Amino acid sequence: MQGDSHVSSAEAHEQAAVESAIERFGQQPGPLLVVLHGVQDALGYIPPTGIPRIAAALNLSRAEVHGVVTFYHYFRTHPPGRHVVQVCRAEACQARGGAALEAHAKARLGIDFHETTADGATTLEAVYCLGNCATGPAVRIDGRLHSAVTPARFDALVAGQEAK
Amino acid sequence: MATRIYVPKDATALSLGADEVAAAIAAAASSHTLVRNGSRGMLWLEPLVEVETPAGRVGYGPVAAGDVPGVLAAIANEGAHPLCIGLVEEHPYLKSQQRLTFARVGVVDPASVSDYLAHGGYEGLQKALAMAPAEVVKTVTDSGLRGRGGAAFPTGIKWKTVHDQLAPQKYVTCNADEGDSGTFADRMLMEGDPLTLIEGMTIAAVAVGATQGYIYCRVEYPEAIAALRTAIAAANAAGYLGANLCGSGKQFDLDVRVAAGAYICGEETSMLESLEGKRGEVRVRPPLPAIKGLFGCPTVVNNVISLASVPVILAKGAEHYKNFGVGRSMGTLPLQLAGNLKRGGLVERAFGVTLRELLYDYGGGSVSGRPLKAVQVGGPLGAYVPVAHFDTPIDYEAFAAVGALVGHGGIVAFDDSADMAQLARYAFEFCAVESCGKCTPCRIGSTRGANVIDGMLAGDRPDEQRRLLDDLCETMIQGSLCGLGGMTPFPVQSALKHFPEDFAPRRRH
Repeated sequence: MQGDSHVSSAEAHEQAAVESAIERFGQQPGPLLVVLHGVQDALGYIPPTGIPRIAAALNLSRAEVHGVVTFYHYFRTHPPGRHVVQVCRAEACQARGGAALEAHAKARLGIDFHETTADGATTLEAVYCLGNCATGPAVRIDGRLHSAVTPARFDALVAGQEAK
Repeated sequence: MATRIYVPKDATALSLGADEVAAAIAAAASSHTLVRNGSRGMLWLEPLVEVETPAGRVGYGPVAAGDVPGVLAAIANEGAHPLCIGLVEEHPYLKSQQRLTFARVGVVDPASVSDYLAHGGYEGLQKALAMAPAEVVKTVTDSGLRGRGGAAFPTGIKWKTVHDQLAPQKYVTCNADEGDSGTFADRMLMEGDPLTLIEGMTIAAVAVGATQGYIYCRVEYPEAIAALRTAIAAANAAGYLGANLCGSGKQFDLDVRVAAGAYICGEETSMLESLEGKRGEVRVRPPLPAIKGLFGCPTVVNNVISLASVPVILAKGAEHYKNFGVGRSMGTLPLQLAGNLKRGGLVERAFGVTLRELLYDYGGGSVSGRPLKAVQVGGPLGAYVPVAHFDTPIDYEAFAAVGALVGHGGIVAFDDSADMAQLARYAFEFCAVESCGKCTPCRIGSTRGANVIDGMLAGDRPDEQRRLLDDLCETMIQGSLCGLGGMTPFPVQSALKHFPEDFAPRRRH
């Protein structure tokens, strides 16, 4: 059921989020990152179609906005899966079994980092330190931080999310 | 009278179920007053529930939601409980510390100005407001405080440069982009006692004549961002921020800016670019940020812990602070025990404490039960320190003498299963992911470095690869624009030096 009206309403939703972020944050000094955060907070991503509008509103070139969006690991230009799983790859987690967890997470979900499962359920992201370094390996799932994530615990956490 | 019960809201405590514990307590006992404090830093005991008693705060940990009825019963009957650790402040892990910067973390309600004031908060600012700005700068210089973000540059000298500039607009910025693995002191302070950071920034603003401040905080720290915003609103409401600071007629406004997952933005000029809404590419210096910083104006850029150490320096005097520490490393350092340790957490001690004391007396050795092999101190750009150097005291100069750095005080322990060649390769891989791309040694050298280590391990002309690797490390150290490319070779070279056997060619499986 993906008729034209559906597509245009999705586009309208994106446009509204972009306009709202410009309106709320565009007057701050050096506003671009603040505006981009506003858009991604609302939509989960920054729609490429919003870039020309943000550029015009902030008196920047499209290249400048594109350059900033692509520079920062956090910003994404496509919708993520329904759940986002961040696995810490940094040394303190490696010291507690992080490398094995990383391999397990990829195998369990059948995807690499920065990919989304085919059913659109889960996006897997690498993260370089969650500041949870004494009780690793650390994982953040949809904003919720977890400690001491063994492969078995990872499976339980992911299954719990998928059931939602 | 309602008993006060404390359940931390610190991110590590939350990751271990603190919210569920708090909910269970609230559901079971409405007569108690529940306070969501920061963490004491004994992270293996989280969630650590504390109860106020006439003798002091008694702790229970680690508490799971299912333990709550039993713990509440023990509290009501003043009975024994297997999770009880007794008086929290008598615990040897805490009692032996010298908490100056972290004095209030885990103790106070981070959202409450009145609780902050009741624990000595804003004494430093009151003193600073009664002094000439140059005197405030001199106090910080005299304290010997050096930048706690890693570079160890004297904080007072930075402030003096900004103070001496004639400019209509100046800024105070706080670098809270704590991206180093194994470090969480900034996070714990921002979550557990954000008003100390806010007070430190306000004192900096009064000292240098700035009217606007920004805290540039990692997006990976949502709990810290929320705690900061709550505390800033409370400080504004109580007249400790805004147009008329404590009735002094001075202005200081403070905002939180959220980073976007680029490690390089922990470099000060890159952070300023990011605050201006640009790609976080490193600036060529000179000019120094203290002269031409944010939006071209004179700008203080300090780390969270540097700024949060300022209130106690003003409140108790430069001499008091300076009398902690050794040699040119004065005061205390909040050290973070991370990785493969039994008792990881936060230990604030005067400079001079040895790695061995930290790893074994506090840390309790490895959690895996295997012997420790190496520790990485100072984040992903810090050297790997072998067991032979564990008696090195935490002191900027003593660490430099053994080819290591103290950095931000993060200590990551590895047991004997660690593969030092893979860790060296990871250092290059991390640099490749996080390089801003502006200079060639870092942008290309990082990827080449990983390839060369792969070649060594595959047995492809290993001696030639080793010469290449030494040459590449030298090029990156000498030729990179900033510390990311310039220091990535440190963990690599230290791994090669102390653990050459780990780099021997491997049989293919």
